[in-house]
Amino acid sequence: MTGEGEGEETPRNGSYEEWVDALAEGGFYLECGDGHGSLPPRRVCPECGYTDLAERALPGTGTVATFSEVHVAAPAFADETPYVTAVVDFGPVRLTGVLRDVSADEVAIGDSVAPDVEPDGPDGRPLVVFRPA
Amino acid sequence: MTGVRVAGVGLTPFGRHEGREGRDLFAEAALSALADAGVESGDVEHLNYGNFMGALAERQGHQAPLMVEAAGLRCPGTRYEEACASAGVAVREAVRAIRSGEADMLLAGGMERMTNLSTAEVTESLAVAADELFEVRAGVTFPGAYALMARAYFDRYGGDREDLAHVASKNHSNALNNEYAQYQREVTVEEVLDAPTVASPLGLFDACPITDGASALVLVSDEYAAEHDLDAPVSVAGTGQGGDRAALQDRADMALTPAATDAADEAYADAGITADDVEVAEVHDCFTIAEVAALESLGFYEPGEGIGAARRGETTRDGDLPVNLSGGLKAKGHPVGATGGSQLAEMTRILRGDHPNSDAVPDATVGLTHNAGGTVASAVVHVLEVAE
Ligand SMILES: [Zn+2]
Repeated sequence: MTGEGEGEETPRNGSYEEWVDALAEGGFYLECGDGHGSLPPRRVCPECGYTDLAERALPGTGTVATFSEVHVAAPAFADETPYVTAVVDFGPVRLTGVLRDVSADEVAIGDSVAPDVEPDGPDGRPLVVFRPA
Repeated sequence: MTGVRVAGVGLTPFGRHEGREGRDLFAEAALSALADAGVESGDVEHLNYGNFMGALAERQGHQAPLMVEAAGLRCPGTRYEEACASAGVAVREAVRAIRSGEADMLLAGGMERMTNLSTAEVTESLAVAADELFEVRAGVTFPGAYALMARAYFDRYGGDREDLAHVASKNHSNALNNEYAQYQREVTVEEVLDAPTVASPLGLFDACPITDGASALVLVSDEYAAEHDLDAPVSVAGTGQGGDRAALQDRADMALTPAATDAADEAYADAGITADDVEVAEVHDCFTIAEVAALESLGFYEPGEGIGAARRGETTRDGDLPVNLSGGLKAKGHPVGATGGSQLAEMTRILRGDHPNSDAVPDATVGLTHNAGGTVASAVVHVLEVAE
């Protein structure tokens, strides 16, 4: 989030990196004039083609829509197994990430969780995570 | 518009081909298809070739010219990549080229080499078919994505792991006498349920294996078949393709695969049939839950009804609609970029009567193939019919 000139009209929706970093402060999503949610990088609403996208704050909590305990992982995540992958519904958008602080047999669809980001994930890149909330 | 005939089909056995290069695998399938068709390779006007992970598995991009050369053809080639639906798309585009009048004979198929990689490397390579930013970086694997779909399905419609185990057991039974199948052995429902977990709720026997293999089909116009007096009784009567959002999180309903419905609707309309006319099907069962989603998306079952089909004996070889008589991806194997062509090759043999399981559907004249890419962000459906 650096390098932008003061006062310049630079849309924040251009970068995944910026989006994932912003999860540390609650996160955001993009909304078109018809109310469809989407995630960056995005120049046009994938549902309706609307190009005027506005940034909205991500709701503070979402609900687990589906989850899986992964036992066989790609090399970067091998030391993490087993870990719980979840798709979490925030209303206008869903996010996919790793569920922390809870084991697979304690999770149920509909559980309330809050989003966060671990800046230095298993593959050295930011990792989307969720915690019970 | 001319019709399209399947003049010949060729397959390698699916399984582990240690030490064999991809070009050698494809050459075996291609030469077998040309011999089956009884045609001159010099008449092939283009190679439509499917391959997914060759740049990772063999450090080999730009594979089409290599495969043209390996098959002894004298024509250009194009590689099609649509993840696990790569060969399905390659065949579809060949059908469209012949129908348009641009060509009279094409070779279509695909190849994948996978067992030279470790399981972890294959897991990483297959994950490339998912959304890198929003799925792979979040730790989603290919089995993990289908596991997310399975859990969403159970939650929405009911069903359980035992229902899925019947799908696996059925497809293994079908592969018993298929000489091309990777696993020609029975797997019981109990074995499926007791297998180690890959990504809950899916276990090792809910998943297709890691496979090397190649497939090829000689496709010709009706006119070419007539002029050369070819014995080509099976026609490609319908083709359709559908697409969806790449990431599972962006689908309206994570338990459904509407891309397959779109592909099927187009293929049915093209062939002038409905789902009720289909007598036998080869569907993309990369995971047991994928066969369930396919049955529902293709219009054979209402959402929520497909999961019990194998358990009720409706899709077994003695059922009303035998599904995956080849053994499916589950037991026959899934060399990713070859699979779509293999499904058409197997269905052609089933309808011609020279498949070891043809006796399950001796009077069938209409068969369907369903090939899916990723978590069905891509789907290709073909309708094959006995033309004479
Ligand atoms: Zn919109």
